[in-house]
Amino acid sequence: MKARVFITLKRGILDPQGQAVLHAIEALGQTGVKEARIGKFIELELTTTDRPAAETQLKMLCETLLANTVIEEYRFELQD
Amino acid sequence: MTDSGPRIGIIVFPGSNCDQDCYHAVSTVLEASAEFIWHKTSVLPPLDAVLIPGGFSYGDYLRTGAIARFSPVMEAVTSFAAEGGFVLGICNGFQILLEAGLLPGAMLRNTSLSFVCRDVHVRVESNATPFTARCAPGQVLKLPVAHAEGNYYTDPNTLATLISTKRIVFRYCTPDGDVMQDACPNGSIDNIAGITNAAGNVLGMMPHPERCAEAILGNEDGKLILLSLLDALKSRPNVTAG
Repeated sequence: MKARVFITLKRGILDPQGQAVLHAIEALGQTGVKEARIGKFIELELTTTDRPAAETQLKMLCETLLANTVIEEYRFELQD
Repeated sequence: MTDSGPRIGIIVFPGSNCDQDCYHAVSTVLEASAEFIWHKTSVLPPLDAVLIPGGFSYGDYLRTGAIARFSPVMEAVTSFAAEGGFVLGICNGFQILLEAGLLPGAMLRNTSLSFVCRDVHVRVESNATPFTARCAPGQVLKLPVAHAEGNYYTDPNTLATLISTKRIVFRYCTPDGDVMQDACPNGSIDNIAGITNAAGNVLGMMPHPERCAEAILGNEDGKLILLSLLDALKSRPNVTAG
C-alpha cells in the first residue's frame, strides 16, 4: 500500500517561501493566483494491506517525525 | 585542562560543525575538561554539563534537528536534563532541543529566506539563569548568528507563559538595547533569541557565544555566558548522567 503524505505550515503561520513564489507569479504577469503555500510531499511504501492499521501508523509517524505539529499540519492519502 | 574541574560533554552529530569551536572554548577559554560525545552514545560518561553545538545535523533533512532528536544520545541528554543537569544548545543545538521537546516552540525559515551570518545584539532579559549570572539585567551583548532557520515560533499561550515565567533569556535588540522588529535578524516572535525550560537548567540560543569568547577574536561578549555556566558548575553538586 502506498501512502502520500502532505505537510504544510499551519494557517496563520507566515510562509515566506510561498510569498516569494506568489511574487514571482506576479512578476510573470500572471493574475488570478491569490495565495501560494509551500509544503512537503512524502511518499511511503507500506507493507501492510490493512487500511485502519496503515492510518494508525501514519498518524503516529506524522505526529512524531514527519510533521512538527507546533508549526505544521499534515494529511495523507492511501492507495492500494 | 584540569582533571578535577567541571567536565563538559559536547555532543557530535553527523553534520555538527561547531563542535571543535565548543571544544576549544571549553578547554582553552574555560580551562575545563571537554569531551566529545558521539551521537550513537546511549549512556553519557560522568558529566557536569552538556553542550549541543551548531551545524547541520543530518544535513537539516526534513526539518532542522528533526532527525538528530532520534539519535540514541538524545534520550541520555533528556534524562540528564530531567535530573537537573545543565544543557546548552547553540544554533542547531537549540533547534534540536526544540524538536526533542526539551524546550517549547519550533523554528521557521528566516522571514528574509536568507542565511543570516553576522553580528547581532541581544539584550539579557534575565540574569537569574546559570548561563547569564555574570551579565547585568538588560545588558546588551554583541554575538554572531549564522542560520537560515532561526525564526522562533510558539503559540500565543506558550509565549505568554515564557514571558510571565521570565524564561526568555535573550531578545534581539539594537546596539542601544531597544527591542524592535528591525533589530531582529530572522523574524522571531517577540524578538526571541534564547529561552530556558521551566526548571531553568536547559538553555537554547541562536547566537554563538563560543565564537566570541577571546580577545584575539575581537569580541569577548560570549565569554560572559560560558563563564556564567562555569560558575554555576563550580557552585553546585555534580549531576552525573547514567
